Amino acid sequence: MRVNIRHTARRAGSQGDPTLAMTPDQNKEVLEMRKQILSTLALVGVVALTAAGCSTDTADSDDVAAPGGGGGGGGDLITVGFAQTGAESGWRSANTESMNEAFSEENGFELVFNSADNDPAAQIAAVRSFINQGVDAIVIAPIVEDGWDDVLQEAQDAEIPVILEDRTVSASEDLYASWVGLDFELEGQMAGEWAAEQFTEPTNMVVLEGTTGSAPANDRAAGFDAAIEGTPIEKIDSQSGDFTRDGGKSVMEGFLQKHGADGIDLVYAHNDDMGLGAIEAIEAAGAVPGEDIKIITIDAVRDGMQALVDGKINYIVECNPLLGDAAAELVKAVLNGEEVAKTTIVEDQAFDQAAAEAALPDRTY
Amino acid sequence: MTQIWKHRLFWPLAALITLIVVNSVARPRFLTITVRDGQLYGALIDILRNSAPLMLVALGMTIVIATRGIDLSVGAIMAVSGAVALTVIDGSNDPGNLGTVLVAVVVAVLVALVLGAWNGFLVAVLGIQPIIATLVLMLAGRGVALLITGGFITTVNSAPFSYIASGYLTVLPFAFFISVAAIAALALVERRTALGVLTEAVGINPEASRLAGVRSRGIVWGAYILSGVLAGVAGVIYASNIKAADANAAGLFIELYAILAVVLGGTSLAGGKFSIAGTVVGVLIIQTLGSTILFLGVPSAQSPVFFAVVVVVVVVVQSPRVRRALGSMTRRRPSTTAPDQERTKVAA
Repeated sequence: MRVNIRHTARRAGSQGDPTLAMTPDQNKEVLEMRKQILSTLALVGVVALTAAGCSTDTADSDDVAAPGGGGGGGGDLITVGFAQTGAESGWRSANTESMNEAFSEENGFELVFNSADNDPAAQIAAVRSFINQGVDAIVIAPIVEDGWDDVLQEAQDAEIPVILEDRTVSASEDLYASWVGLDFELEGQMAGEWAAEQFTEPTNMVVLEGTTGSAPANDRAAGFDAAIEGTPIEKIDSQSGDFTRDGGKSVMEGFLQKHGADGIDLVYAHNDDMGLGAIEAIEAAGAVPGEDIKIITIDAVRDGMQALVDGKINYIVECNPLLGDAAAELVKAVLNGEEVAKTTIVEDQAFDQAAAEAALPDRTY
Repeated sequence: MTQIWKHRLFWPLAALITLIVVNSVARPRFLTITVRDGQLYGALIDILRNSAPLMLVALGMTIVIATRGIDLSVGAIMAVSGAVALTVIDGSNDPGNLGTVLVAVVVAVLVALVLGAWNGFLVAVLGIQPIIATLVLMLAGRGVALLITGGFITTVNSAPFSYIASGYLTVLPFAFFISVAAIAALALVERRTALGVLTEAVGINPEASRLAGVRSRGIVWGAYILSGVLAGVAGVIYASNIKAADANAAGLFIELYAILAVVLGGTSLAGGKFSIAGTVVGVLIIQTLGSTILFLGVPSAQSPVFFAVVVVVVVVVQSPRVRRALGSMTRRRPSTTAPDQERTKVAA
């Protein structure tokens, strides 16, 4: 892609010199034109720069970007097209790495990787190009739930099995072979059950929600709320921190001003990042995170695990990004004609301080 | 009295004060300011401290808008600047060293300056529409920031670095002093020299001012450089606040809030006349509104609607036509003269 753009740029730049043999008026016009060409060139330059950025990100998979022809003609390797959402978070980067590892050549795969930068249309186009390339199987991490019916039908017509990873789609179950992912509601429930166990006295809890309307935010809230029902834990406030550290920090600052550090006993954050932000806010308010105010989060990324080891977070439920192996097994099973379950839920672990200390050295994300 | 009523900062200030009153009534704690270790602490102080990044970005945006431009890339520049600063600190042997932090901040701001100069080059030299020229960096910049951090959130533990956003200089937050310094410097340069008038002239009619001998190219270019530098500093403050470079979230949508702050402050998007004081009030309105949502306990699903309603009310109340209508209603003067008076006032 980068190469293509550079070619275009060179062609645009080498259009000879049209200013020769022209009247001054025309000359002026051409000068204007050149100005425009120049600006276009400048734009193209930036685009090329970004393209270069993207391709460095996925440098490993670039090497295998040319599939071994129709029907996996490249020896015994299984050609798999993987349409990733983008690189929007550390979780996603770890997910991509896990897929790259699981679908490596040693494991008998040839991975064609596409990152759609969170553009649903680009992702559908990528899947369509996988179909045209005649890959053996397609793995999709859908950006959105809707709009998949047509392209999934095309894949089915071309007899290419589709495995969904992480998020799911609204299209009919018959159109894809299987889904592998996580149960956000169970994550919330695990966090809630721990809280219900720990807090037997009246407890004031505030919640840092994820992005409003997103599936993880909704499900993690529902699971947690169900688990603490009937316990002395009272949800005194809840607001969206958009899954970011900054959001978590500023919302927590507001909560601390509103209720006072003494008025809050427990924070439930829908992800580690917001929990890390809350730690900053609690420390700035002169309280001790993990002691004066306990913190429960979900995700278990390395920074979060470090905070858990340091005693600033009290409990973390994992949201496992390492779905690669499960997806690779599913692909092999489907291609061998085996019956596979429509949904595979990868088990999430939960960590308290001791477990985090043991797990932290191996944490890659 | 009518003088105050007609002052162009009247409505923005009225909106700000109303928000503060609403918050205080809902939760009297809102006004409480406590002293801890000789440092002031309270919701109002939080607003001053947390508004620093938006304040810097909105000040730059004010000048860019005054030249009839717009800078959509500020959020992306913040992300890049934060990523650069954190990468420098993370890569050094001694993250807690003041020298390391200074180098990191200077490098980050220099990178932001280069990005601002690039925007200015596209707009002032190549004559590309500002919205398109800065859109390029808005879309590409975050990718560059992600590239610098490798797609992960870089976290550092550096006391001097976190001082920038969380530290106190005597009794008030250091970040607040950065805001004040930027406001003062800008007000001084724009209002105590001819630069402000020249900027407005370029915004009102670039061609006429060029013919009159104003070097409009330099002024427009300078505006984008200023905007880039201020966004760079804002990015450093943002990163310092969370001790991390979050390339995905840093400065996300801040360009829109900055434009909103500029408009709330009474500066026209059509370019020309601008008000630094207005922008300052606009930023404080937006920041206070964020606190209001928390203090009133608006559920997060409804908070964007609440935000939108307040903004619409403030903007509508500021509209000259609505003010004229209100004015003639409240004063009950012969309706033939009142609008004329208003119009001369507005024109003046």
